[in-house]
Amino acid sequence: MLIAATIAIFVVMIMAVARGVLGPTLYDRVLAVNMFGTKTVLLISLLGFVMGRPEFLDIAIVYALINFISVIGVLRYSDNFMLKRNGQKKN
Amino acid sequence: MDSLIQISSGFFLLVGSFLCVSGGVGILRFPDFYTRMHAVGVTETLATAMILIGLILHNPDFLVDIKLLLILLMTLFISPSASHALANAAMRNEMLKSNENKTDSDEVKPSNL
Repeated sequence: MLIAATIAIFVVMIMAVARGVLGPTLYDRVLAVNMFGTKTVLLISLLGFVMGRPEFLDIAIVYALINFISVIGVLRYSDNFMLKRNGQKKN
Repeated sequence: MDSLIQISSGFFLLVGSFLCVSGGVGILRFPDFYTRMHAVGVTETLATAMILIGLILHNPDFLVDIKLLLILLMTLFISPSASHALANAAMRNEMLKSNENKTDSDEVKPSNL
């Protein structure tokens, strides 16, 4: 059952990458990156149990924090970028 | 008792995998950004919680259980706040214009993220 869950999460990560490549707007891509990061945390935890080395959970904790910081950073940057572009369009 | 715990762990992992795959199909097939956010929100809280509860039931080690519980708690705090920030930024900037709900004369509110 662990291996089945690992394969399912692999498939979902491929779907998230497809949406990130296809995505028409910036926010679709940010959404796909967020989903990919959460699924990476799950994949690291599951692979730790599949390989019999549960020490991988420390890496999963650190990856969850880095994922949150990166998503918030990209959103804040996109906010400034979009505001600047809308101001130029208005003038 | 032990086999019951293993069976319930497998059940939680199976339900979590099904929710993950349905969210992946949702992010590919849904037509709009907000509906895609709905699909991703399902996978990020419920499916993650199901898979991590399955892993907690799977192993007997105490320290590993504490670490898994920490990951579960962190995910349940982090992913709704990231989704809220994403929806807030998308609504503030230009996603409503693509739905023809907003005209060009509307002002863009400044960010207080």
